Amino acid sequence: MTSTKDISAHKGVWVFIEQFEGKLTQSTLSLEILGEARKLADKLETELTAVLLGENLADTAAELIQYGADKVLVGDAPVLANYRTELYTDIICKEAEERKPDILLVGASATGRDLAPRISFRLHTGCTADCTELDIDDDKKILVSTRPAFGGNVMATILCPDHRPQMSTVREGVMDVPVKDASRTGEIIILDITAKEEDARVKILEVKKHEAASVNIQEAIRVVSAGMGACTGECFDSLKTLAKELNAEIGGTRPVFESGRIPHEVQIGQTGKTVRPELYLAVGISGTVQHTTGMSNSKTVVAINKDPNAEIFKFAHYGIVGDAKAVVPELIDQLKAAKG
Amino acid sequence: MKIIVCIKQVPDVTEVKWDENGSLIRTGLPSIINPNDQNAIEAALVLKEEKGAEVTVISMGPPQVEEALREALAMGCDNAVLLTDRKFGGADCWATAYTLGLAVKKLGGCDLIFCGVEAMDGNTAQVGPEIADFLDLPLLSYAEDIKVGDGTVTIHQNLGDVTRVIEGPMPALVTCEKELNEPRIPRMDLVFSCFDKEIMVMGIDDLEGELANFGLKGSPTRLRKVFSPKRAKAQVEFLEGTPKESSQKLVEKLQEINAI
Repeated sequence: MTSTKDISAHKGVWVFIEQFEGKLTQSTLSLEILGEARKLADKLETELTAVLLGENLADTAAELIQYGADKVLVGDAPVLANYRTELYTDIICKEAEERKPDILLVGASATGRDLAPRISFRLHTGCTADCTELDIDDDKKILVSTRPAFGGNVMATILCPDHRPQMSTVREGVMDVPVKDASRTGEIIILDITAKEEDARVKILEVKKHEAASVNIQEAIRVVSAGMGACTGECFDSLKTLAKELNAEIGGTRPVFESGRIPHEVQIGQTGKTVRPELYLAVGISGTVQHTTGMSNSKTVVAINKDPNAEIFKFAHYGIVGDAKAVVPELIDQLKAAKG
Repeated sequence: MKIIVCIKQVPDVTEVKWDENGSLIRTGLPSIINPNDQNAIEAALVLKEEKGAEVTVISMGPPQVEEALREALAMGCDNAVLLTDRKFGGADCWATAYTLGLAVKKLGGCDLIFCGVEAMDGNTAQVGPEIADFLDLPLLSYAEDIKVGDGTVTIHQNLGDVTRVIEGPMPALVTCEKELNEPRIPRMDLVFSCFDKEIMVMGIDDLEGELANFGLKGSPTRLRKVFSPKRAKAQVEFLEGTPKESSQKLVEKLQEINAI
């Protein structure tokens, strides 16, 4: 464990980049963080470093510079091809102890949430999990991380004042993917990887890629979202028709997922996905913070709920007070009529 | 085989209510064993039945955490350890993992440590992996299936995009997912006898740690503020009338802003 002394020697913002088979993952989470980290590094007038571990990474490393990194630390070896907690932790901790970053950001993916705590324990530093907002305190020049807390019912702002690097994991879908700039230049640093296969205590016996989800709700332009108030009788079926009519994807709240009506891939909220579509139509959703955490940045929000005091109306631009069962079929008819 | 299960008593945050000013009412929430930790207990009890094991459940928190430990005994755990001390208060993930890790050492170690993936109130999923690092154990996280072989533990690990089968040597730390099993309800006969069992209590003096690493003082993170999430800036415009009329208005509005 490192001591807490001399934090002034720590400089620069690091981002751990996830890869799959040498390429950037299908999820844009790592790039979203890289884009946000670029802003933080600019505020601190410091360098942005991407940390990339895997195998056959030359093209991906160059791409990260185009996405905003000043430096890329590359650990390229067969033993790193598949993510393994301990090997990755060992390398990142060793580099961090030598190079002393001020901030280290990791995705709040399954991999990132496995890796980040192990690094933070070993470096004896704080890690704020699942952040939805990052900023720099103008006076103290330290990282200010905001995350949902208490089951997503409140937001908490957390600092790591006396330990370095300041670590956070970041939720998917809350930050923008940066624009690629082919003219950017930077430095690629190849790390000397000494780890061997026999050093890994945990062996990977099998890797099964999940079948790609048929819908990526985070890319949907329009989302029709169901709460339990839209699940009585045939109401849920008519929601599907409404979604089709709007050319929208269908999502929903945690209770609707738990009732088996929607898969987890399209559950929206604290324990599901964060979406920012052009149009978000919330039907029969009361608007618990658990849910609104995942949709409050949508461009236009429409809420249909029979309770005029429902929380969801505080997030909505347009509201209809009424029973989903009665309103949804009418809305389908009106949309059809409008199309002529 | 010795198995230690780390559990947390949590307020049932799915039951949260707000007062008329929109402030969270934190008091009066029922306390439960964190759901993922119930899966961890169940996994340990299944191994106990299949292979024979001594299952010890440990928890850090205020004295009332005893209730959660008694419930774990009533489910079938053999021993319970309560880590309670004012100086443990205000611990973040780092200091919590440090305290639990020291307790595991004090208990003489074990073959397997089971934790839930995450707690339903904090949702950080950090304490399990941090204990693994403290004790230098292989970490097998997000287990949806656990098999114990000859000196090894093999799990199905749900990593989001992929599911992996991974294997590590024991001792090891495993974090348990909801999909792993269906936690049993406490047995009636054990509910009565669990009150006769002694719960081992440990405080800061019982653990051989550095004082500066416990509780709030030992926590690298600091809470700056807690607030209710920001509301959408736009004021809601209610579209009134019969379902037909309000639907018609909505379609017009959405056409105006080119949302459809």
